[in-house]
Amino acid sequence: MSNHATGQGARALRSSDQPLLDIQDLAITFETSNGPVEAVRNAHLTIMPGETVAIVGESGSGKSTTALAAIGLLPSNGRVSGGKIIFDGEDITNVSSKRIVELRGNSIGMVPQDPMSNLNPVWKIGFQVKETLRANGLDGANSKERVAEVLSEAGLPDAAARAKQYPHEFSGGMRQRALIAIGLACRPRLLIADEPTSALDVTVQRQILDHLDKMTTELGTAVLLITHDLGLAAERAEKLVVMYKGQVVESGPALEILRNPQHPYTQRLVNSAPSLASRRLQSQKAKDALAAAVADLDTPVDGEHPAPVAPRTVPAAAKPVSADGRQHAQAGDTILEIKNLTKVFKLRGALGKSTDFKAVDDVSFSVPRGTTMAIVGESGSGKSTVAQMALSLLAPTEGSILFDGVEVNTLKGRALFDFRRRVQPIFQDPYGSLDPMFNIYRTIEEPLKIHKIGDSKSREKKVRELLDQVSMPASTMHRYPNELSGGQRQRIAIARALALNPDVIICDEAVSALDVLVQAQVLNLLNELQEDLGLTYLFITHDLAVVRQIADHVTVMQKGRVVEASSTDEVFSNPKQVYTQELLNAIPGATLLV
Amino acid sequence: MVMFTLRRFLQLIPVFFGATLLVYFLVFATPGDPIAALSGGKPMAPAVQAALRAQYNLDQPFWIQYGLYLKNLVTLNLGQTFSGQDVSAVIGRAYPVTARLAFMALAIEAIFGVLFGVIAGLRKGKLFDATVLVASLVVIAVPTFVLGFVLQLVIGVQLGWARPTVSGAAPWNELILPALVLGLVSLAYVIRLTRASISENMNADYVRTATAKGLSRGRVVVVHILRNSLIPVVTFLGADLGSLMGGAIVTEGIFNVPGVGNLLYKAILKGESATVVAVVGILVIVFVVANLVVDLLYAWLDPRIRYV
Amino acid sequence: MSENLTPETDLTKPVIPAAARQGKTSSRAIVHFVAPLEETPLAAIDNVDESEAPLSLWADAWRNLRRQPLFIISAILIVLVLVVAFLPQLFANVDPTSCTLNDSSAGPRGGHPMGFTLQGCDVYSRMIYGTRASLMVGVFTTLGVLVFGGIMGALAGYYGGWVDAILARLGDVFFALPLILGAIVMMQLPAFRDNRSVWTVVLTLVIFGWPQIARITRGAVIENRNADFVTAAKALGLSRFNALVRHVLPNSLAPIIVVASISLGTFIVAEATLSFLGIGLPDTVMSWGNDIAAAQPQVRNNPGVLLWPAAALSVTVLSFIMLGDALRDALDPKARKR
Repeated sequence: MSNHATGQGARALRSSDQPLLDIQDLAITFETSNGPVEAVRNAHLTIMPGETVAIVGESGSGKSTTALAAIGLLPSNGRVSGGKIIFDGEDITNVSSKRIVELRGNSIGMVPQDPMSNLNPVWKIGFQVKETLRANGLDGANSKERVAEVLSEAGLPDAAARAKQYPHEFSGGMRQRALIAIGLACRPRLLIADEPTSALDVTVQRQILDHLDKMTTELGTAVLLITHDLGLAAERAEKLVVMYKGQVVESGPALEILRNPQHPYTQRLVNSAPSLASRRLQSQKAKDALAAAVADLDTPVDGEHPAPVAPRTVPAAAKPVSADGRQHAQAGDTILEIKNLTKVFKLRGALGKSTDFKAVDDVSFSVPRGTTMAIVGESGSGKSTVAQMALSLLAPTEGSILFDGVEVNTLKGRALFDFRRRVQPIFQDPYGSLDPMFNIYRTIEEPLKIHKIGDSKSREKKVRELLDQVSMPASTMHRYPNELSGGQRQRIAIARALALNPDVIICDEAVSALDVLVQAQVLNLLNELQEDLGLTYLFITHDLAVVRQIADHVTVMQKGRVVEASSTDEVFSNPKQVYTQELLNAIPGATLLV
Repeated sequence: MVMFTLRRFLQLIPVFFGATLLVYFLVFATPGDPIAALSGGKPMAPAVQAALRAQYNLDQPFWIQYGLYLKNLVTLNLGQTFSGQDVSAVIGRAYPVTARLAFMALAIEAIFGVLFGVIAGLRKGKLFDATVLVASLVVIAVPTFVLGFVLQLVIGVQLGWARPTVSGAAPWNELILPALVLGLVSLAYVIRLTRASISENMNADYVRTATAKGLSRGRVVVVHILRNSLIPVVTFLGADLGSLMGGAIVTEGIFNVPGVGNLLYKAILKGESATVVAVVGILVIVFVVANLVVDLLYAWLDPRIRYV
Repeated sequence: MSENLTPETDLTKPVIPAAARQGKTSSRAIVHFVAPLEETPLAAIDNVDESEAPLSLWADAWRNLRRQPLFIISAILIVLVLVVAFLPQLFANVDPTSCTLNDSSAGPRGGHPMGFTLQGCDVYSRMIYGTRASLMVGVFTTLGVLVFGGIMGALAGYYGGWVDAILARLGDVFFALPLILGAIVMMQLPAFRDNRSVWTVVLTLVIFGWPQIARITRGAVIENRNADFVTAAKALGLSRFNALVRHVLPNSLAPIIVVASISLGTFIVAEATLSFLGIGLPDTVMSWGNDIAAAQPQVRNNPGVLLWPAAALSVTVLSFIMLGDALRDALDPKARKR
């Protein structure tokens, strides 16, 4: 590997003036059933040899499309309708397919996004790596060793044994490493990395990106990194290109853009990015109250910009009564208490033999009324299982769940039915949580119907109120979920959850699938509602950065056990456990803007 | 893999019992005199009736009858036909013919079905695809016996390219026309399945990754698209073989092929229940074995299944 | 999954220490470019598009369907066939049962465009009048299979566990006996043999034809039963059974409808096959299958007598299968993804 590096490094020095990839005025059009749609317009970007450039944007910004055009991998209904793509001095915009096949693999490599669907499930990993080498003329007598070498460079331990396995036997992180190995196997000069770590846990993500960093620096490979995460982009790239609705709105040195964004869209992104923002969101009321006292808000507050941040000084305990005027002993009493909760699943083995799998192991925490408790963990931590048990959708193996003093486990029949009104969920996938066959009115009305509340006239009134509360126009009632965007569907899900005037809302990764700006909008909404209605939130998430913005208390879980639990401020400024520290350190971009 | 095989085998055992029980029940245990069923409604001498009763253990309770039937089935002690021949011998003569017919039909539908399906799938929306699609629809819509008649008429009689009916020995070349008719409907299904599978896999993420590696288009198509697309097709073909071996009653009737289907049909009409339950029993065994083989084949082709 | 060869913690240890991650700066000068605002105006975040009328999935599918030539052709044919089945008098003014042996196997002449059968009956009007029986068998068998197979499949898929195991095995048992074979055995039973009618044929076909729909239903229900909207409904207090009926089943209909349409066609063919074998509809009922079977001996010298009813049968079956194909394209879930 080292001899390659010097050769390439020397080459990089010689041609350091000429861009390796130069995209000029690129336009890409797609043929859809509604006619041609221009997905990318006037896109331009340059990558110098050995440089890492990140394209940042939300979904639909055209970032992936632009990068895929460079390697000639647009979908069949897409084509370059204008502009030029110049790679190392050669115009490859409309180059012959023979030439582009030559370039792929050994001049331009790609690491795709979803590790599960991007590896062919029926071939072994070693075979798929070897194929790459062979296609680019790099296999020879010792191809097996070469394959193992390439895999272990990418950070896959026991590479020789791993090469004989199939993709479904790997974890997500291992698959991604295999894809990186494939992308870099033939030492391309440019590597296109399309959201290479979005589907992974944050600690795995960090290690993989570190590895990628190290490899590309050693090899002198230029990297075109596509991501929606501004913090990640700024941390890993020298140059940032921000795209919005198919156009480049700003580009330049990464840190400078972060500290001094010029274009309003970039400013929006910087304000909303959870990894960069660092204080809990405040509801409008509290903000106004604070604005009178604190004179230092520099961004205008209006409907189009996400809320600015101001330090939270009002303690969570002093909250008003809940919406239906129930009396409380004192504000801030515990509404939800989890004690020694354990859940053991029986996994069926091969021939009836079953093994026990402890998903949740002796978890305890309590949530004061009117506050937000975040449960943070990576995949396999058991946090979603805890949420399901809190919703009484899954019976615990041991332990108790006390809701307002009442043991939830023992509820049956009518009592359980009534209990459901007080706790409601919001799920992660906005595309799965609304019944596609129900229009919005029926969706929001359903809780009222099930609990036989009111007659059809009063229900319609209630639905209108709820839509108003989530800032959706009343006309949405007649629409269907397939006509709404992800953020809009989540707002409908919130409206549905509010229909029964619950006390507690359990948000199971409720904003994880949303774009950054939409996410900020939904978090703001949740905050407002909490203020207005005295709601309590149990917020399940893997994203510590979001936790910072919305939670008062944090419980960190790992492999079913509670690792650390205290107030948000405490966890962020003074983490006691190693795992918590690792999680904090893994937040991309966290160290950049302090 | 072993565990998987074992589990599938265990799941198929109740199927075997269930299917044979069902048939036995239908033939022997329905209301009415089973002897009448055996004789097809024709009058019989009392001595013959008594002999039949003894042979089929009709004086015993149903479950014992069934148990004895199963025992006889696996020991191939299958009784006799009305004309006094050993059922097992009769089946032994007919099955190889059906097997030849079945394998020929399978070959036709596999080769042409996959070929046309792949081309249609790769060139979706173009002329070949549209033609193939329409043709396959027509083939499915026209009943097999009509197709059989028409082809027999045209190719056998008018053009004289093949014998209209098959002789007793049923050699391979005479079976071409019946095999074609038999395989035609399945051919249409194979084409459609292959086409759908290919067009689905063509847009898969891993195909894009394979292309990004710098593989030539040909290699991507064969090693990646084809390899994955053929999994459901191969399993369909395997299952089809199972049902082809079950005897194609209609086709054998039209072309007078002396195979199992013809045998079964005549036996049913004559009321020879012994033959019927024996043949059906064997068919069920073949079906079960074919299913097991298909499942194993599927697991071999798709590594993800092996650990389920 | 095979056992992990490496402990997972090795795969999460950071490679570059946190202190070193301060972002990157380049040695080259990089231009800071900002696009002018007029070229890239900002939209409000996430507003609802009010421009079009509300569009449910079914309305969307209908729109798609209307544009497909396959659907248009098949719809026209099906409507035609239905009209013929209900009102055969409109199409044929010759009584199909008035047969005189004088006309036996006579060729076409005025008023009788397709000639005569062996019995001396008018081929054309028998073809018209035979539509009803064949269609009835197809439609009612499909209904029966949908109800019975659908229920079995839905219960098996939704409740899983031993319910699924038993129902799946039961389906396998009936699957093991091919449709025609099972039907033959069944129709030989005295109860059926002596009472041959449209309804016994329908019953026979339903008994051996339900496993296919059951399998499709089971698959679709399994796909949908864990959807978040189902969990949300249960969290609202909806009972498990009601969640199946109100949420899971409506979303599972798409593949069922496609298969049902195609099955309708194959059931009509099955009836014809049974009649051809002599154990389908009785001779007293006019059906295409019966006519084709009766025309067998004449096929060499008077093929039209067989081919006309065969053509009518084929066209009818073709139209249902085409409809199934068109529906499959219109209801394709991949086209729904936004």
